[in-house]
Amino acid sequence: MTPEEKFQAIVEAEDKIEPTDWMPEGYRKTLIRQIAQHAHSEIIGMQPEGNWITRAPTLHRKAILMAKVQDEAGHGLYLYSAAETLGVDRDEMQELLHQGKHKYSSIFNYPTLTWADIGTIGWLVDGAAITNQVMLTRCSYGPYARGMVRICKEESFHQRQGYESLIRLCQGSEEQKAMAQDALNRWWWPSLMMFGPPDSDSTHTERSMQWKIKRVSNDDLRQQFVDMTVPQAGYLGITIPDPELKWNEERGHYDFGEVDWDEFWQVVKGNGPMNRERVENKTRAWEEGAWVREAANAYAAKQSKKDAA
Amino acid sequence: MTYDVPVGPGESADLQEHIDTGREAWPMWEVFVRARRGISHVHIGSLHAADSETALQNARDVYTRRGEGVSIWVVPSEEVHAFEPDDAADYVDANEKVYRHATAYEIPDEVGHM
Repeated sequence: MTPEEKFQAIVEAEDKIEPTDWMPEGYRKTLIRQIAQHAHSEIIGMQPEGNWITRAPTLHRKAILMAKVQDEAGHGLYLYSAAETLGVDRDEMQELLHQGKHKYSSIFNYPTLTWADIGTIGWLVDGAAITNQVMLTRCSYGPYARGMVRICKEESFHQRQGYESLIRLCQGSEEQKAMAQDALNRWWWPSLMMFGPPDSDSTHTERSMQWKIKRVSNDDLRQQFVDMTVPQAGYLGITIPDPELKWNEERGHYDFGEVDWDEFWQVVKGNGPMNRERVENKTRAWEEGAWVREAANAYAAKQSKKDAA
Repeated sequence: MTYDVPVGPGESADLQEHIDTGREAWPMWEVFVRARRGISHVHIGSLHAADSETALQNARDVYTRRGEGVSIWVVPSEEVHAFEPDDAADYVDANEKVYRHATAYEIPDEVGHM
């Protein structure tokens, strides 16, 4: 058996590929790209929510939001660790993100304008993330799949706290309910874009499926998400901004309208409302923290010299 | 979050290009957590830190935010040694030496549980 055949046999047998195993170069590159992108998304994703920590309406909601943002940092770290098992340095990944050579999910290039956006992100953005990540717990690469298991447990808290916060808003005053509706109007379509371009345009899907990195296609995941979310919007009593949305008895799924893929590509190309600010903030935080990283290294060197003496 | 973000302009699709950041990065540590008394420490992941003290603090914050552990070990990653993957062929094949397993022996029912 050639190394390539042996690799594919492990994948076919639903066994996991581990860091020291032989793997095709394309598999390694695809995973580095995908895991780095995923990690960067968690880290950049701290910004839209961090925006509301000081303005959370109650101490309780503030504590929840801080815990959630801290989780996102943790998720980023699990994922950077998984990427590092493939032979890329954490420092390099930071640099590539700052230079714009690594991407992150475009959803984080939209602004959080009101408090209702925070609940809506938990409900829709984390909901979409869960749909994707549950699939990734079965990914063929061991370290990535294991990271996903931890992340999924924590995402469940993220989604539930968001939805519960929206229940409160929707049961509140007319203004509060209108705020929730406005947030849904703005976040619905970008959430559907999170699953990536339609299968007909997705360049990665087929090979990723063969390698069992990806187990379900973009369009199928999107459908799954819509089917799950529509009744939840119904309970809240707010309306999904899609006139074409309706139950299709024959398919057993909801039909829904076409995503504005021009907008999607504009945001991917860097022209979303927040692209520049997100990367600037991230880069500044990294640069301003440089002295801390250097001081910690200097202190560690001094201590180990002392221990050796 | 997730990620089928298509390759955009300015993004190198081939992300294997290594770049020298010119910085001295923090070393990597492997983290082991004992979930509760009575069971062993189990490998849970890795992280970067300047020294063992900060590695422990980071491990606590990254891996035990919800009571996942009662004790943490951190070990420098470079101190972990393993066989080369190809040497795995030298591990005992469970099917080859069946006589090493309890299930290889038939005990009559009359004898009862053994």
